[in-house]
Amino acid sequence: MLALEVRDLVVEVDGRRVLDGLNLEVPKGELHVLFGPNGSGKTSLILTILGLPQYKVLRGQIILNGEDITFLPINERVKRGIGVLFQNPPQIKGVRLGDVLKKLAKDETPMEIARKVNFPAFYLDRELNCGFSGGEIRRCELTQLMAQKPSFLLLDEPDSGVDVENLELVGSIINELAKGRSGILITHLGYILRYVEAQRAHVILNGKIACSGRPIEILDHILREGYWWCDKCKEMRGD
Amino acid sequence: MINVRRCGVTKMNEAREEEIRERALKALDKKADYGPDIDLSSFVRSPERLEVKGLDDLPSGVREQAVMVGVRPDMKERAGTYFQLDHSVLFSGVSKYFDGGVEFISTIEAKKRYDWFSKYLWRAVQVDTDKYTAFAALEWDHGYFLRVAAGKKVTVPLQSCLYIYRDKLDQNVHNVILMEPSSEAQIISGCVVHPNVSRALHVGITEIYLMKGAKLTFTMIHNWAEGIDVRPRTGIILEDGATFISNYINLKPVGSVQTYPAAYCNGENSTAVFNSLIYGDKGSVIDVGGKIILEGKGSKGEVKSRVIATTNAKVYSRGLLVGKREKTRGHLECRGLLLSDQAFIHAIPELRGETSGTELSHEAAVGKIAEEAIYYLMARGFSEEEAVSMIVRGFLDTRIFGLPEPLQREVDHAIDIVLSSSL
Ligand SMILES: Nc1ncnc2c1ncn2[C@@H]1O[C@H](COP(=O)(O)OP(=O)(O)O)[C@@H](O)[C@H]1O
Ligand SMILES: [Mg+2]
Repeated sequence: MLALEVRDLVVEVDGRRVLDGLNLEVPKGELHVLFGPNGSGKTSLILTILGLPQYKVLRGQIILNGEDITFLPINERVKRGIGVLFQNPPQIKGVRLGDVLKKLAKDETPMEIARKVNFPAFYLDRELNCGFSGGEIRRCELTQLMAQKPSFLLLDEPDSGVDVENLELVGSIINELAKGRSGILITHLGYILRYVEAQRAHVILNGKIACSGRPIEILDHILREGYWWCDKCKEMRGD
Repeated sequence: MINVRRCGVTKMNEAREEEIRERALKALDKKADYGPDIDLSSFVRSPERLEVKGLDDLPSGVREQAVMVGVRPDMKERAGTYFQLDHSVLFSGVSKYFDGGVEFISTIEAKKRYDWFSKYLWRAVQVDTDKYTAFAALEWDHGYFLRVAAGKKVTVPLQSCLYIYRDKLDQNVHNVILMEPSSEAQIISGCVVHPNVSRALHVGITEIYLMKGAKLTFTMIHNWAEGIDVRPRTGIILEDGATFISNYINLKPVGSVQTYPAAYCNGENSTAVFNSLIYGDKGSVIDVGGKIILEGKGSKGEVKSRVIATTNAKVYSRGLLVGKREKTRGHLECRGLLLSDQAFIHAIPELRGETSGTELSHEAAVGKIAEEAIYYLMARGFSEEEAVSMIVRGFLDTRIFGLPEPLQREVDHAIDIVLSSSL
């Protein structure tokens, strides 16, 4: 049974094509890794699945748990289990982390959640994403996901800007969030894979999936040969 | 000896009163610099007196409305209370704990009681500023006199409520606050109107004197209604090391409010701060701001406003800092959020440096809610309406006031109630 199925997705932003016939399947209970060079369309895929209106779907379908969600509003998708860790979340002045967590959390206090990411209590008083460091932004995003408990995770570079001490922490939180659930995890340099279990990996190039395989093997190739290898691999497959 | 002196003071007072009267009469037709002009003759000056024995005996609904502007009719957790309905003082008094160090009475009463009181009238605000000040001088309907004795620190808030009950009423209050050297106090002042009032005019003269090292936090919540015109006229004079913080909250629709209070930082190292949170709705004309004149060496000023305008509201947000002496510093910050294309926010921040030793700056930004902020909150599962109301509520952030915790919670609660009815 598939948790997510993306069929032949073509997406434009500001008249610019960012996804170009992308196909992807994530079976229930699996976490898939998405690699790809800067600007290849990773974030675009996540934000299209979330349903940001500026990502215009020209063709194709997004199917979540068997239901076509391609044209649902954002919060309807979220109701059906989508949860996003944003790569570049906006600063929202006056809206405080603690207040958001209080509204979201079902069986934990904001304080308990904050403690899990090593946030001191006064961080609950901080305005969303205002003045946070890169690593703090990831952890702030994670607190919200912990409160949301989504059934399908979209994690956009949760390891970027996270220092070594916190990488393991972030990894273990992702493992816990992903336990028994499904999702997509974008990582640029793959650091987080030391701590996170993922079943499969895909490389996205120019708005489509160029190749797929076991996460460790693909990462290994990329780190040794760069994304150039993926292009070659595509040629070898005769795409 | 004492009699002779008293007589002299009275004579002086009489001469000054005569002069004030003359200046007022001449200014009765003088339009204000800002705000829509109001026809003063279209209001009722002699309402029937309402028979109310005290705060336990308020007409139905009035108590609840008072609570919404931070006024507690039960007077719990308040150092003192002044409650005026139309032209009558319903209650004024100080809790036993602060007795002796704090006086809170009607200004008309204060004038009868003290010879010296007159010298605090029409000094921080000029009587011939415009027709409203003139009118208030000629037709004076109480207002409160608050005096905090030297060295006295009043740790719980004082409260005042100015209430309009009769339709078409004109209410002219004249308040005087005298903070003696090194005294401290916070006052929460609420203005409300009964739901049956279709039109009314409120003119509020407030003169505040902060002597050496005194500190006053003045928090005012306006809950008026459509059809009500409001013309507060406020002047604050600060001596050495004094601190004045004004927090102004106006979230309900109103006919028009126009006010441009001025703080005169005459003393060395004195500080004046004007904060305001404004939600303009339904045709309201709101023209508010703060002027700070940095006259004393090392004095500081700050004007900070958060303005929201929706439906067809017109909001002007003004600020003026004048740096007259060396080592003075001032900053103006105005942020506006437009929720409708029929509304406008006009930010007018002005700086005037008169010496090279002053440092003045401003920032102003007016725009609509960033879409990405709405989408971000929707991505957390909130509906678009919930997201907008969270952002709006966050924008009207009372933490900029730096209020003590219990008062902050009360003010937040009041804002939540008003906003939940308008959003
Ligand atoms: N809102 C946008 N407006 C214009 N171009 C965009 C926008 N979002 C993404 N793009 C462009 O689309 C391409 C893919 O971007 P993105 O999906 O963010 O890449 P990745 O996450 O893989 O680095 C990039 O060239 C980027 O500049
Ligand atoms: Mg990206």
